[in-house]
Amino acid sequence: MTQKKKLAVVGAGMVAHRLVEAMVERGADEAWDIEVFGDETRPPYDRVALTSFFSDRDPEDLLLGDGELWKRPGVRLYRGSIVSSIDREAKQIRARNTTFDYDRLVLATGSYATVPPVEGSDLPGCFVYRTVDDVAELRAWVLDREAVLGRKVKGAVVGGGLLGLEAAGALTALGADTTVIEFADWLMPLQVDQAGGGALRRIIEQLGVTVRTSTATSKLRAGRDGKVTRMQFADGDKIPADVVVFATGVRPRDELAREAGLELGERGGVIADEACTTSDDSIFAIGEVAHIAGRVWGLVGPGYSMAEVVADRLLGGDATFEGADLSTKLKLLGVDVASFGDAFAATNGSLEVVYADPTAGVYKKLVMSDDAQTLLGGMLVGDASAYTNLRPMVGRALGSDPTAWLLPEGMEPPSGSSLPDDANVCSCNNVTAGTIRGAVTDHQCTDIAAVKQCTKAGTSCGSCVSLVKKLMETQMAEEGLEVSTALCEHFSVTRAQLFDIVWVSEISTFSELIDKHGTGRGCDICRPVVASILGSLGKGHVLEGENATLQDTNDHVMANLQKDGTYSVVPRIPGGEVTPAGLIVIGQVAADFGLYTKITGGQRIDLFGARIEQLPEIWKRLVDAGFESGHAYGKSLRTVKSCVGQSWCRYGVQDSTTLAIDLELRYRGLRSPHKLKLAVSGCARECAEARGKDVGIIATDKGWNLYVGGNGGFTPRHAQLFAEDLSTEELVQAIDRFLMYYVRTADRLQRTAPWLESIEGGIDAVRAVVFDDSLGIAADLDAAMAAHVNTYEDEWAATLADEKKLLRFASFVNAPETPDPDLVYVEERGQRRPADDEERAVLIAGATIPVRDAEVTV
Amino acid sequence: MTEWQRVCELDALVPDRGAAALIGGHQVALFRLSDSGEVHAVDHLDPFSHANVMARGLVGSRKGTPTVASPMHKQSFDLLTGQCLDDPEVSLQVWPTRVSDGWVEVQVEARSGAA
Ligand SMILES: Cc1cc2nc3c(=O)[nH]c(=O)nc-3n(C[C@H](O)[C@H](O)[C@H](O)COP(=O)(O)OP(=O)(O)OC[C@H]3O[C@@H](n4cnc5c(N)ncnc54)[C@H](O)[C@@H]3O)c2cc1C
Ligand code: SF4
Repeated sequence: MTQKKKLAVVGAGMVAHRLVEAMVERGADEAWDIEVFGDETRPPYDRVALTSFFSDRDPEDLLLGDGELWKRPGVRLYRGSIVSSIDREAKQIRARNTTFDYDRLVLATGSYATVPPVEGSDLPGCFVYRTVDDVAELRAWVLDREAVLGRKVKGAVVGGGLLGLEAAGALTALGADTTVIEFADWLMPLQVDQAGGGALRRIIEQLGVTVRTSTATSKLRAGRDGKVTRMQFADGDKIPADVVVFATGVRPRDELAREAGLELGERGGVIADEACTTSDDSIFAIGEVAHIAGRVWGLVGPGYSMAEVVADRLLGGDATFEGADLSTKLKLLGVDVASFGDAFAATNGSLEVVYADPTAGVYKKLVMSDDAQTLLGGMLVGDASAYTNLRPMVGRALGSDPTAWLLPEGMEPPSGSSLPDDANVCSCNNVTAGTIRGAVTDHQCTDIAAVKQCTKAGTSCGSCVSLVKKLMETQMAEEGLEVSTALCEHFSVTRAQLFDIVWVSEISTFSELIDKHGTGRGCDICRPVVASILGSLGKGHVLEGENATLQDTNDHVMANLQKDGTYSVVPRIPGGEVTPAGLIVIGQVAADFGLYTKITGGQRIDLFGARIEQLPEIWKRLVDAGFESGHAYGKSLRTVKSCVGQSWCRYGVQDSTTLAIDLELRYRGLRSPHKLKLAVSGCARECAEARGKDVGIIATDKGWNLYVGGNGGFTPRHAQLFAEDLSTEELVQAIDRFLMYYVRTADRLQRTAPWLESIEGGIDAVRAVVFDDSLGIAADLDAAMAAHVNTYEDEWAATLADEKKLLRFASFVNAPETPDPDLVYVEERGQRRPADDEERAVLIAGATIPVRDAEVTV
Repeated sequence: MTEWQRVCELDALVPDRGAAALIGGHQVALFRLSDSGEVHAVDHLDPFSHANVMARGLVGSRKGTPTVASPMHKQSFDLLTGQCLDDPEVSLQVWPTRVSDGWVEVQVEARSGAA
């Protein structure tokens, strides 16, 4: 066996993550032991999406990948571990008070946020905007100051570029009166020209943000409490400021390299060649710290390309980094801004085509070659919908009249087949049109998920997905492939079509349905789908008759399967409101059955470790005490989370808890294509995290704002505003119709966010169905929901009352009450959990072992 | 040496749904199929998750062969041969079965064998 070589990576940011991912994908972890050192306490996360933290999201949702990467043998992540020096002679780095050897070293240390030399810039209340810790502290500060001062907080953001506007958006969302101060003559001077900056300013001012351009900050003053309170400008003017964010730029974190004597760029950055090798051949530099091809690259896309180059080089390849596309498309404060190619018309003789509509707040410019044929670049402010289609056309003839691309109605995209193979479609991951076509022709990808997985296109910022889909479909049509929408090998129709078949027919069993409309015996895909459809349409109890054979074990025994084959039990706690007596019952049941208890994110209590044969006894106790099934096992309504709202909270403007309870009782048990989560917040502070839910409701002075299409989990999404200031009655009707329309038309396992995208016309079309009855089905949807509400029964109570149904809870058909003899537990923090393999081996052998402490590194 | 061991009445098995049984210390998953009427017996231990759960998987078919899918991570297994259809290196042990006098019987090694 050859000895594995050691790769050390300094910095655990976005680019380091991509490097390790690329190494593992190529199997390089067989030849290399990879050690990654990051001084932040979190595993690598999506810094680009940092601002989304303010919508009250869990920082966990920002983590890149699923964490499995760091558990692989040969890959190790040291968090909270700063590397303090490099010894190039000995090939060692110093961290964690010791030294680590390396054969090759990668510097991926990113950048610092810089703070300008302004007096008072270190006062409490001054922040930068770079890490999760920065934004978490900023948020806490604003909320705290508001409570202490008893008024709106005054915020000032120094820097009117990309980061500054993101920060201003965040402050505004936190309820602060915000001023943006920009030294240049207009906002975002690096991305847009003066006219574009002017348009941007008008839109941003309309959102209530004050903008001062051509202004230099000179001093910050503290109040009597020592905290920042006032900002002074070079021209003598002053404004109040309770919080200040510096967003004036970044500087490469090249101090390690400097001390180690590596060659640096004039304005910072570790100089590296096109192989990303620095002046020491054992050391690479990638990401924002690297100075390659004459500059540093402040975007994640080029950093990812460098990571791929190094992965390839470590495997003996000869990939090179020769510069990258610096196009950007952003949504700042809800305003689209995009700039691509030669946006400033630097090319000799170039022509500019401008379209501006100041009332609509739109400014668009294309830069064309001197013969007005070839697109060189452009910028779009206020409406960047043409960006996805335009960017790949840079350097190519636009064909038709270029102005047609700028008019709102004229944005006819190039048809999928006209885009040349080498056109770059996904700039974050550097994927060309040809690669996407190849995914169809050479790798048999026939749906967008497969293409994304195969090519990585559309997996970072996502702005190219619609184009990727179009390319894929066009290519499939060319290959004579049908875009398959079949549910599985047994049904050739989609879930939505199957739903309609069941809806309009008298069919109420799986066997009838598969006889008439499918083939074979079914599978683990179509059986639960049919069970769900029958359930949604009120065609029988989930455990009734033949329905029983369609259900996944979770639905079958109405509990959630855990890793050791036992189940967890979750009683419904509507709106998260529970009496002390109720808590005592749950606690007593848990104690009597030795269940591990944990509070869920949905504001209820999960009881783990119930054996199948114990479920009826446990539920009997719970049902007797007035609890009912929480449907935690089903593709169905889970919870309606709520904050305490007006009844206790001093900020609340509506009774969020009562509404949440009413909604949970209304939609409980509703079977749907995927799980459904709702939440209600009592004011704009959004403590219930409603915008992370499929349906989110936020109280206003006048009623309720309704948001739809949010979710957490693997691909977190923000809910979008659906309607404003609804009365409770209007709100409930809108949710009824929205949910039923979703249940009726979504694909299997399609959550509301992708469903909204898949509907022709998107959220606007759904809004028209719900509020204007554009399809003439509103009455049907209302009736279907009324039927659901009227026929609801608690599945657990019904099961307990039925001797026959109880039979399925036997542990063994020939020994119904014998526990699974292989279950082994250890104690941890006063409760039990399943033993891992190592502990099992020891426990079964009879010895006792100490329970391991959780490791510090992942 | 093998012998037939009585496990349960046929009626105790719900068609197209599995049931676990303890047979000589071994945990076995029994499946009664609705169309063929046959009963199949395979390991109850899921070789991927090492939990005793196979009897709680969903019955189905792939290209005509009857299958069961692990409820844990959904790998499918051929009920006739025990072969995992998603990983050629993994399989479940299978036992011959028969129905006599309305009772399901499973053939086991007379001596230890099964493990
Ligand atoms: C709010 C915000 C919005 C952004 N939006 C966009 C966008 O829309 N599009 C875009 O392309 N880019 C955007 N960026 C830029 C993008 O985030 C960066 O280009 C990218 O994160 C660079 O990745 P990196 O791995 O080089 O550096 P980083 O992600 O910064 O990672 C470097 C890591 O190394 C650690 N480190 C540094 N020195 C040491 C040491 N000595 N020992 C141990 N660890 C160390 C740091 O703590 C850090 O965690 C944005 C950035 C911010 C802050
Ligand atoms: S969201 Fe709810 S808990 Fe939070 S401040 Fe508003 S009313 Fe109070």
